[in-house]
Amino acid sequence: MDEFFHPLTVTPSFSILFYLFFLRYITLSKRRVVITGLGAVTPLANTVAETWDGIVNGRSGISAIDSFDISPFASTFGGVIRNLDISQYISEKDAKRMDGFIHYGIAAGCQALDDSGLEITEANAERIGVAIGAGIGGVTGIEECYATYEKGGPRRISPFFVPGNIINMISGNLSIKYGLKGPNFAIVTACTTGTHNIGDALRIIQYGDADVMVAGGAERCTSSPTAMGGFASAKALSRRNDNPQAASRPWDRDRDGFVLSDGAGVVVLEELEHAKARGAKIYAEVIGYGMSGDAYHITSPAPGGEGAARCMRNAMRDAQLNPENIDYINAHGTSTPAGDVGETQAMKAALGEHAYKVAVSSTKSMLGHMLGAAGGIEAVLTVLSIKNQIAPPTINMENQDPQCDLDFVPNVARPMKIDIAMSNSFGFGGTNGTLIFKRYL
Amino acid sequence: MSNVEERVKKIVAEQLGVKPEDMVNANDSSFVDDLGADSLDTVELVMALEEEFECEIPDDEAEKITTVQQAIDYVTKNAS
Repeated sequence: MDEFFHPLTVTPSFSILFYLFFLRYITLSKRRVVITGLGAVTPLANTVAETWDGIVNGRSGISAIDSFDISPFASTFGGVIRNLDISQYISEKDAKRMDGFIHYGIAAGCQALDDSGLEITEANAERIGVAIGAGIGGVTGIEECYATYEKGGPRRISPFFVPGNIINMISGNLSIKYGLKGPNFAIVTACTTGTHNIGDALRIIQYGDADVMVAGGAERCTSSPTAMGGFASAKALSRRNDNPQAASRPWDRDRDGFVLSDGAGVVVLEELEHAKARGAKIYAEVIGYGMSGDAYHITSPAPGGEGAARCMRNAMRDAQLNPENIDYINAHGTSTPAGDVGETQAMKAALGEHAYKVAVSSTKSMLGHMLGAAGGIEAVLTVLSIKNQIAPPTINMENQDPQCDLDFVPNVARPMKIDIAMSNSFGFGGTNGTLIFKRYL
Repeated sequence: MSNVEERVKKIVAEQLGVKPEDMVNANDSSFVDDLGADSLDTVELVMALEEEFECEIPDDEAEKITTVQQAIDYVTKNAS
């Protein structure tokens, strides 16, 4: 044994290990990842272009909920998807066997793939994967199935109940529709879902397990009495029932909770050389991804936004950036009293003095909080902010909370130079994610 | 066309996403081979027939219903 552990026999293997790590470092640093396709289904519109038009013009997509009797509920409004023609994307036969959150994810995924112009062939299919999650998933479908069971017993439970409601079925159905044979999964991390799916998709391409990933998040909760009731009981939702479009007001003194919304946001991530080789249009490069856990409370952010600050720092380190390099932040900014203060403190902790010079906006002021889809749609909007050199506004900012004293681009979009932008997501359970995008020229 | 036949075809059409006219003069259409059903579709189809005709089709009987005509025959024989 002594001989086996003798330094002379151990040292060579250490140098081999070191060499292998070095090789891995070189390999990793060579694979750059860009965004080549975007897809969106939002309370503002069911396409990327119309959603962006609403965002830069400061329009709210929030309205009264009318899919069930909402009158006994504390909060009676939300960001509802209207007039989505799902038959554009899948057959009606398939569509009726899926919860709406899967429809939204498939629609946004199809849009993103279509936008990318990527042709899926036998040669590349195994190198293209899907990672689209949801925070809650088919909660409306679960409620409906339970009602059927109570009325008709177990023999009435549809064989499509399980595949129609579980969260990884956006990824599953998209892979089947397009023949995408690469990695296929769905990360579930509450309101950070979309960001984590995109971030891990980035890693998968960097690591070499795929060349293209379709990634993001989707959600449908405003149709579910239990979801609306659960968030209301947790005192998370705004109760501004007399003026729904003014309810999502991040960093405003009179904010009183977030607005629950539905939809999906999906991007196509692609290895740079792969994108260049096929002459793809490139929206932006993804240069950083950071994560962290609060280890504090199931729903409240850690004091001082400590977890969120670590998350932003991790992303900046991954991107090899200093705080001074960040031009714009698409914040988590949900419009909850505690969350908005926590994120403000976190941005100051992570960026120092530079926090006061960064343009920060919350697109949730217009879209509401799309939960598992939030990180997906906010990635889409952050990429478009870079592409169009416009910081979206934070609407409904009438009296800025003195505790939230950063530049939140109040009420009106701002044309500005954006070379590098960050997108934040923080979720129940203390799960945090930050993505950093860079202008591609 | 009997009332039962119309109702069965209507259900098959709804469940499998096919047009009723696709089944005209083709009562021997197989759910799986001709009408594009998979194993889950056939389970749900039988459930829809049970609901429409207010009967219970045991699993071993359900497995033998593989065509439109077999569904019509089963319902005619076993449901009022």
